[in-house]
Amino acid sequence: MKSLGSIRRSFSPWTDPSSKPFISFRNVTKRFGDFVAVDDLSLDIYTREFHALLGASGCGKSTLLRMLAGFEQPTSGEIILDGQNLAGIPPYRRPVNMMFQSYALFPHMTVETNIAFGLKQDGMPKPDIAERVTQMLKLVKMEQFAKRKPHQLSGGQRQRVALARSLAKQPKVLLLDEPLGALDKKLREETQFELMDLQQDLGLTFVVVTHDQEEAMTMADRIAVMAHGKVIQVATPAEIYEAPNCRFVADFIGDVNIFDGTVSRAQASEIRIEADAGFAIEAASSEHPSEGAKAGFAIRPEKIRVGRQVPAGSPVNAAEGELWDIAYLGDMTVYHVKLNSGKVVKASSLNAVRAVEDPLGYDQKVWISFDRDAGVVLKD
Amino acid sequence: MNRWSRFNIASIVIGFAFLYLPIVLLVIFSFNASKLVTVWAGFSTQWYGQLFRNQALMDAAWVTVRVGLLSATVATVLGTLAALAMTRYQRFHGRVLFSGMIYAPLVMPEVITGLSMLLLFVAIGFDRGFWTLTIAHITFTMCFVAVVIQSRLASFDRSIEEAALDLGATPTATFFQVTLPVIAPAVFSGWVLAFTLSLDDLVISSFTSGPGATTLPMKIYSQVRLGVTPEINAACTILIGIVATGVLIASIVSRRQQIQRERDERAAFAAG
Repeated sequence: MKSLGSIRRSFSPWTDPSSKPFISFRNVTKRFGDFVAVDDLSLDIYTREFHALLGASGCGKSTLLRMLAGFEQPTSGEIILDGQNLAGIPPYRRPVNMMFQSYALFPHMTVETNIAFGLKQDGMPKPDIAERVTQMLKLVKMEQFAKRKPHQLSGGQRQRVALARSLAKQPKVLLLDEPLGALDKKLREETQFELMDLQQDLGLTFVVVTHDQEEAMTMADRIAVMAHGKVIQVATPAEIYEAPNCRFVADFIGDVNIFDGTVSRAQASEIRIEADAGFAIEAASSEHPSEGAKAGFAIRPEKIRVGRQVPAGSPVNAAEGELWDIAYLGDMTVYHVKLNSGKVVKASSLNAVRAVEDPLGYDQKVWISFDRDAGVVLKD
Repeated sequence: MNRWSRFNIASIVIGFAFLYLPIVLLVIFSFNASKLVTVWAGFSTQWYGQLFRNQALMDAAWVTVRVGLLSATVATVLGTLAALAMTRYQRFHGRVLFSGMIYAPLVMPEVITGLSMLLLFVAIGFDRGFWTLTIAHITFTMCFVAVVIQSRLASFDRSIEEAALDLGATPTATFFQVTLPVIAPAVFSGWVLAFTLSLDDLVISSFTSGPGATTLPMKIYSQVRLGVTPEINAACTILIGIVATGVLIASIVSRRQQIQRERDERAAFAAG
């Protein structure tokens, strides 16, 4: 059976109707005065899931996280954690811990006392605290910095201390607010994989808020794409990328070409769209717009072929144009093809071989083509 | 641009002379052997000895210190609470009015503050003395403390308080273990400011003190009216010494902290 994208691990409790969600947002709304930050939102998150809330700033993702941590109270709706309704429970009595975007380390305490802070509040015996702190320092490889104050650490080191501090109490759920936002690119990529390994090893549930789609794609088991206080789509990274459920998601994640057109034939699993760009699209589809309706066809650049030969099946799923721009990126090349109708299409191809005979050049006449299952039909 | 032009030198000399010449004269004449304040008759420390044998002056000094310590402490507690309330609750009814009212005593003529306090104490039949003096000092120093601490709180990162709550600290524990230690330097300078203001206040003290509680500035003022004695110069010199030492220590401590912090941060970022 064909499936979308690569399988990272066989973990998909959300497809099993008998599994119970660990965290449930039920019709949660949060208003700040007239502003609706979170709008009648329902979302389930499962045990040991690495869940990302992805959206542009102001989409309500941070508010959602802060409601889970207890810093904000929902205006209406309820949040259930492990069978317990969280309404009215203050942040200091919730079994969740949060890693803050600014790290929020206590500036007057050493690395050690920062990590021990939560344990001390619980009245844990001193020897146990010392042991746990040592364990945490080892986990984030910060043993030699135990006696330093936060301002004596670099950004990456601070991030590790913040992580150790939020993990020290072994919370059921770890909330991460833009955990890697303050790190430079290289460090960020390294840390992404470290966080994933850590989550796997400790068997924790992670809820991470991010505006960086690449970060969400890399780390998360499932992504909830948010906009205007609502969840637009919840799915695995591969599903989000390969089968976006609307224009917004298709456009938000990665690069995409969207061909608008009119549905001319809609059968069981096949649909034909007369694209405004002057060619016909025949595609497999689970969406079934009625004949004559407007629809869009979204296709990723890497799924479009560019060549000089007239493709088989032309003029279905193929169009003629001229090479407008070429961007050589090393690992791949991005072509901008201007179709005869004037629409500019983005196509990319992997540079799998070093030397190419007679490569494509500017202003050449070319054909673009794609397979019938290469894109997704979007209802308007 | 770093060259010292004649104009710059002149401005500095004139400026500093304007500020410190009277004080320097006072200090010099406190070591005068002559009883006449304006005639120099050789170096002597006799007035300092006499000062410590002057019981009335010493009593006044003791009252001043007690009032200062007590009022500065209470004013610091109240001022801190007021500053917290002002910065934390941005949207309560009458916030603008309340913040205006906190700052009003800063610009209120002291005579008015003093007089109104006096009227209050008379109206409720409170015998004037040490306690009325202390209460009055708390009243007028509190707003200074609130201003100092509020400016610190404006740049306070509230996420560290949320982090403390998140890690299981109750709001009370959060305040004492996180908020207070972080704003401690501002609280301390607020206290020092309140203490200094209380120490040298004359007008409000005159209105609110009673027979048993004369402060040093009041004592000095009443003695000066009978003629300036070198003894008073000596008392003032000691006061100046105390204040100057305090200010110097405070600024050295904060400067050192800053330098250390900058050095640490550079080292941390160099280490990567």
